[in-house]
Amino acid sequence: MKTIKYSILTLMGIVHLIPFYILLSMALKPSDDTSSKWVFPTNMTMDNFTNAWNQAHLSQALVNNFIITFCSVILIVFIGAFASYPLSRFPTKWNQFIYLLCISCLIVPALTILVPLYSMIVDLGGINTYWAAILTQVTFQLPLTIFLFTGFISSVPKELDEAGLIDGCNKFAIFFRIILPLLKPITATVIILTGLNVWNDYQFSIFFLQRVSVQTIPVALSQFISQFQNQISWVAAGCVIGMLPVTILYLFLQKYFIRGLADGAVKG
Amino acid sequence: MKRKMLSSSTILNVMYIPALIFFAVFIFYPFIEGIRISFTNWDGYSQQYSYVGFEKYWAMLSDKNIGTTIINTIIFGFGSTILQNVLGLAYALFLDQQLRAKGFVRTIVYLPVIISSLIMGYIWYFFFQFDGGAVNDILALFGAQPVDWLASGPRAVWIITFVNTFQFMGVAMTIFVAGLQSIPKDYYEAASIDGANWWSKFKNITLPLLMPAITVNVVLNIIGGLKLFDVIVAMTNGGPGYASSSLSTMMYNLYFARQDAGYAAALGNVMFLFIAIVSITSLILLKRKEVKL
Repeated sequence: MKTIKYSILTLMGIVHLIPFYILLSMALKPSDDTSSKWVFPTNMTMDNFTNAWNQAHLSQALVNNFIITFCSVILIVFIGAFASYPLSRFPTKWNQFIYLLCISCLIVPALTILVPLYSMIVDLGGINTYWAAILTQVTFQLPLTIFLFTGFISSVPKELDEAGLIDGCNKFAIFFRIILPLLKPITATVIILTGLNVWNDYQFSIFFLQRVSVQTIPVALSQFISQFQNQISWVAAGCVIGMLPVTILYLFLQKYFIRGLADGAVKG
Repeated sequence: MKRKMLSSSTILNVMYIPALIFFAVFIFYPFIEGIRISFTNWDGYSQQYSYVGFEKYWAMLSDKNIGTTIINTIIFGFGSTILQNVLGLAYALFLDQQLRAKGFVRTIVYLPVIISSLIMGYIWYFFFQFDGGAVNDILALFGAQPVDWLASGPRAVWIITFVNTFQFMGVAMTIFVAGLQSIPKDYYEAASIDGANWWSKFKNITLPLLMPAITVNVVLNIIGGLKLFDVIVAMTNGGPGYASSSLSTMMYNLYFARQDAGYAAALGNVMFLFIAIVSITSLILLKRKEVKL
């Protein structure tokens, strides 16, 4: 019985690793090696990586990804936390309506308003700029953020606010001195979830960031692939480079990644 | 004391104004503008256009491609929801026992979740491509002819559904694992004393108490599947023709390739209604089935 269980477990692990094995085997093979993708390269080479790195402008793309993700996440955390405090602490009829409005944005698929959004960004001169990408990313991550923060704040005892009030804090000081420091665990979740969404985003970036100087990794990869369809091993190497940053982060912080996700989902 | 705090707290409402401005500018305004554009024949860039009433909506009814697209979107949505839940639950049940190295397997199964869907799509493209694809290499081992997997629309739709499932089943698994851990063990002990077998314990204890987890998973997966975009672009770009398009990729095409912004906006509104109705209905239906501990 035990052997069967462990065979199944091993099989599960192998099946889910196969795609990554194939990708690595492709990326490490010289591009004129026509052996099957299943065969691991006998003479490994790094040429595909250097070619992908240079041809797809991945260094620039990485920098762009960092800038856009970093700025978006900072804005998301602060704007989200600010908005969540009154919405969770003072659920008047009006505030409940505002909360519902925010949450209902969760089900608006960003693409359904693509036409007007794109033409608006064009009118504002935002195509190929960081700010347009950042602001739209922030907007579409805010509903989830507000949802998570309000849920968490309502679990913080109200007595803490009242104690602050007695100690002479004004309303805003209560938030900054008492509530904000308590939000650390949920903030970690928000950073992981929204940061990943922004980092991996393709559907906005492909519209708003077309020029090489501003494009992110997914956009760079997709243009690289349409350009070098015959150099499939370069493409594979590009994919490896593209997934490396988050994969490394995930392997080191996987506890937070998995817990963050479970938190985010189950609180609903 | 409390009353005073409540009455003077309206000042704090300024704290959500920044968020509201974001929503107003980048969601509400475009949303209303989208309704307006859907009644025009705008091409997406010129200054001139005229109002055509419901013409774009009527056009959808007789557009065969839209029909295919809607059916595909439903398959992406419901197909991957069913697959992800069944597989996710099976994995969670299996990993919910004392096993060494199960954490390692969980890490592997979850890994694709954090990787860009576009890259996942490319990786699977390497499996299903015609020339030297990994799947055809296996077929060749058995002496079978290579198959052009993605050349047939309906088959490509299911392959894409499978890829989406493979990528995100780790989410369902994780949520089910958390759900299973929250079920008190003495329920099972009591059932064992009563002589219940594995199946009746599963049917009468596990499944009903997992309903909240199922609700979360189903709603998340349906919304995710109906919105599917990146994987399709990576694997088939909606082709051949529009045979594996979803509403999302179709809209992208209408706007940027066919420059029919009015039609694209109309399709966007239909897609919004469609997704809103499906996700809210499934949420309500499932919430009703939940039991409180």
